[in-house]
Order: sequence, then C-alpha cells, then structure tokens
Amino acid sequence: MSPLGPLLSSPYVRTMGVRFDGHGDELTAILPYAESLVGNPLIPALHGGAIGAFMEIAASAALLAGTRLAALPKPIDVSVDYLRPARPQDVYARGIITRQGARVANVRVEAWQDRRAAPVAALHGHFLIKPEGGQ
Amino acid sequence: MADDLQTLLDTLAPLLVDGSPHAVALGFRLERIEPGLAEMRARYRDDLIGDPDTRVLHGGVVTALLDHACGLAAFAGLGGKDATATLDLRLDYMRPAEPGRDVVAIARCRRASGLFAFVSAIAHDGDETDPIATAAAAFMVSRVSQEAAEKARRAFGKSATPISKVEEE
Repeated sequence: MSPLGPLLSSPYVRTMGVRFDGHGDELTAILPYAESLVGNPLIPALHGGAIGAFMEIAASAALLAGTRLAALPKPIDVSVDYLRPARPQDVYARGIITRQGARVANVRVEAWQDRRAAPVAALHGHFLIKPEGGQ
Repeated sequence: MADDLQTLLDTLAPLLVDGSPHAVALGFRLERIEPGLAEMRARYRDDLIGDPDTRVLHGGVVTALLDHACGLAAFAGLGGKDATATLDLRLDYMRPAEPGRDVVAIARCRRASGLFAFVSAIAHDGDETDPIATAAAAFMVSRVSQEAAEKARRAFGKSATPISKVEEE
C-alpha cells in the first residue's frame, strides 16, 4: 500500500477531492476546484476553512511520505496565515517537515495557485505522530 | 442602535451561512448571531470523518467551522456592514470530538475598530466547558471584501432597508 493509503481512505479527504502528485521526494497535494469549495461567491474566493483544511491534509501527507506511521498524524495546533484571496481554481500545497521527534513533528505548508512564488496561504503546526514499531 | 444591528443581523442571517457554498456543502447551520457573537453547528456526517478507524470528524471540518464562525463574529462585531478577509487563524486541538456528536463553534469578537477585528472561539461537542478546540483569529476589512459587500447590498434590493438605516446613523 502507498504510504498515503490512510489519507486516501479518509472519507473527508475524499469529500474534499484532494489528490496527490509525487515525483521522487517531492510531493504536491492538489485541491481540484469545485463550486462546493467557494466561501464567498461575491468575491469570488475559496473558503478560508477549506484552504486551512487542505493544508492540514498536505501536512499529513508530508509526514506519511517521510516516515512509516502506524496511524494518521493528529493535529495538536496549527496556525494559518491568509496571504491572498484564493481564486476559484485549483490549489496546490507542499509541506516541509521542520523537525520530527519521536512523537511530535513540526510542519510548514505553503499553498499556491498560479505562481508558487505568490502563495495564497501558509500553515505551520505541530502534529502528533505514531511511527510504526514505536511505543 | 444595538437593536438596529440585531435587526440587521437577523435580516442577513439566512445569507450568512447558506450564501456560502462550502458552508452548505459541509452542512453548517447558524444557531445564533448577535452583535459580536456567532454560534454555528456542524452535524456529524460519515463523509466528514477523518480516520475511518476512530470515526472522529476530520480536523479540517473543525477548522472550517471555526473559520466561518470567527468570520461571522468579526462581521457582526464590525457592525454588519463590511465583509472581512481573514488575516490569520490559530487553532489548538484540545481533544478529539466524540464520534457521532455534532460540533458547535461559539465565536466572540473581542475588539473591533475601523478596519480590524479580533475574535476568539471555542468548538465543543456538547459541553461548552470542555472544548474540543479553541481558536484565535484576526480579520480586516479589505477592498475586495468591501466590493463584495456592496454587491450583496445591491443584490439584496428592497430588504436592504435595515442596512441603509444603520449606515445613516
């Protein structure tokens, strides 16, 4: 099974329609545009909560891809900076593991649309992890 | 004045959640909106489960619920005139929600002045004193959100009377 298996079988991840694109050790999470992701149709912009949730999924994916884990990572705390309105189109995100201990990992995620250099949002947070074969 | 704001919020209430496709898709329901306070519920649903082994709702659902509730509290705190953009949102996940239970977010605007609003919120699954998550968020009235609010006022047409009343004061 792919290391992302637990994420791919998560009902919420499927409801959101999130996909993953891996090339070597680079993993991009993709949130394909759907009308149901729109927060404010008058701007129009994607829902900030959907972007935050998508980045939490991208953080989990980075952790699962980096280490064999016995369970899905659980968020302890996350902080999201909203940098630009997210337009009604696909969103991409990549996570970087800043530090990984035996139980807790610190992850940073950036989400972007047209240009990676112009991120729409950034997340950093701590996740509880359960490495396979660990305590 | 406060009563006028309450009238305005009551008038707008049906739009504040049902006007947001993502909030509708996740089944959010507005329970209460008052000057500076918003309460919103996410019904427990199988398709919102994060981990099928534990059947706990995904953290992302709580994120979206708290984000939306905080946004409404900021909107209500700023006088119900301008839509706001989220600057940041910080979440602490205290404990997993009980499988099968709805999650309720209660957001309070701590301070709103001019362009900015500061909101704190909790999410609970039945007992307000034992939250599953807490949040702190900052909002600002942006040009983009002001234009959107203007569009909303025009789209609202005749029933916009309470809004103009508030604006004149």
